[in-house]
Amino acid sequence: MRETVREPVISFQNVSKSYAFYRQITGIKNFAFNLHRSLASIKNAQYEALRDISFDVYKGENFGIIGHNGAGKSTALGLIAGVLEPTRGRVVVRGRISPLLALGAGFHPELTGRENIILNGVLMGLTRREIMKKMDEIIDFAELGEFIDSPIRVYSRGMLARLGFAVVASLDPEILLIDEILGVGDIRFQKKCQEKMLSFKESGVTLLLVTHSIASIAKLCDRALWIEDHVVRMIGDPYEIAEQYCKAAGVEVDLGVPTKGELSTTSL
Amino acid sequence: MASGDVRLATARGKVQHHGSERSWESYRDLLLVLVQKELKVRYNNKVLGYLWSIANPLSSALIYYIAFKVFMRVQIEDYPLVLISGVFPWQWFTNAVGSSTGLFVGNSSIIKKVNFPKQIVPLSGGLNHLIHYIVSIPVILLFLFIFHKSPTLSWLYGFPILLTIQFIMVYGISLLLASLNVFLRDLERLVGIVLHFVFYITPILYPLENLPKRFRDALYLNPVAPLMVSWRELILQGKLDPMNLGVSLGYALLFFAIGYWVYRKLSWKFAEVI
Repeated sequence: MRETVREPVISFQNVSKSYAFYRQITGIKNFAFNLHRSLASIKNAQYEALRDISFDVYKGENFGIIGHNGAGKSTALGLIAGVLEPTRGRVVVRGRISPLLALGAGFHPELTGRENIILNGVLMGLTRREIMKKMDEIIDFAELGEFIDSPIRVYSRGMLARLGFAVVASLDPEILLIDEILGVGDIRFQKKCQEKMLSFKESGVTLLLVTHSIASIAKLCDRALWIEDHVVRMIGDPYEIAEQYCKAAGVEVDLGVPTKGELSTTSL
Repeated sequence: MASGDVRLATARGKVQHHGSERSWESYRDLLLVLVQKELKVRYNNKVLGYLWSIANPLSSALIYYIAFKVFMRVQIEDYPLVLISGVFPWQWFTNAVGSSTGLFVGNSSIIKKVNFPKQIVPLSGGLNHLIHYIVSIPVILLFLFIFHKSPTLSWLYGFPILLTIQFIMVYGISLLLASLNVFLRDLERLVGIVLHFVFYITPILYPLENLPKRFRDALYLNPVAPLMVSWRELILQGKLDPMNLGVSLGYALLFFAIGYWVYRKLSWKFAEVI
């Protein structure tokens, strides 16, 4: 019901995305020697990553995308982030995108944690003033203690993951993109991240979660999209999708059914 | 199915619109932070960092001096000064252009995920190389004093003019090479060869006067030659030749236009191949 009144913050309208095979043009030498074939390969040999995909994501939703490797999940994320352009169809995004980057991406190993927070923030499109206002909150959330003034090359993977999540989660995200990076950090911090993600709902942050973990989809998301073989297989209730997804894969996974009732009542 | 051009235009418009909603302040901050980042990494140890940035041109000049003056005994007046006034600006050019191919490829993890104004990466790289050159100017001065020469008043306007021209040229070439290298990864090898070639056909190791007349006319075909000649004339004689300036500026703007155009054409495909 609510969907009909609210305007979507992310809208895919019959979106297809094809890639050219750039295989033949690995270098000038190859390109020049196989000029004819190279040009033909760019024009003709296309790999279709997404075919006629349509879905809407509304403000404040936690939206999950699930699918096998190579199904097109990351392409969808790239289209939302605005780093890819669709081959057909329309992608409409309303709001600032904050992508949670892969471990250590957007950081420089020689800079301190504090300096990297600023670096990461300005890359996302914030100003230094905005970042400085949130600095203490980020440091606090990342639980890095005195390490915050050490170069991040000495950080452990867990510390990097905490810093990365703290930056995107604290810098007033409007649309948060998370691509399969929940597995790092200890259990306690993972729990903290999940709580933070669930709290986004109240603050109107839209969360887009791309993952292989159907448990996370079931636990964190309001709705989910299942992409299979580059097309939409299912869209809707995350539990139903998780169930069907497991069935299709022939794997039995415990979704923690008792928590299902618990969560769905609190989220209503 | 909508026709190709229409859907591209609409889709691009929508996606791009929100990605580029950055304020002027956020652009400025991004540039500042990127420049600062490189400077911090390089000059973290201030003395050593500074030594490294002058060690390169200085040691090159020394090697050329030994090879050409001591061993080959070329008869050129004040040869160390000739070398310093040629090698220092050239090192700026060759370091900046030589490293430009890796600028986008080296930031692939961000380019794949974040829609940010990528042209700022070569811009901050170019500013860094500009700064390295500026801090090496005292070394040039030192050599002038050793050879009982002194800077002239024309430096006051000559340096800013030449710095600007070379910066525009370097930025244009960097944009071009960084963009092309995303698709043609062996470009960097070719760039190395071309730079090597340009180094020897440009009056850097030798003064312009040593160039036979018939080659001197072809000098303007080499985009960096008028610029390098201008640097030497300014540093050693305090003069600026308007013809050289004009041609240099023309080449700089040409490279900038080509670089920006190619970047605009290709930047939307970066995330697909990088």
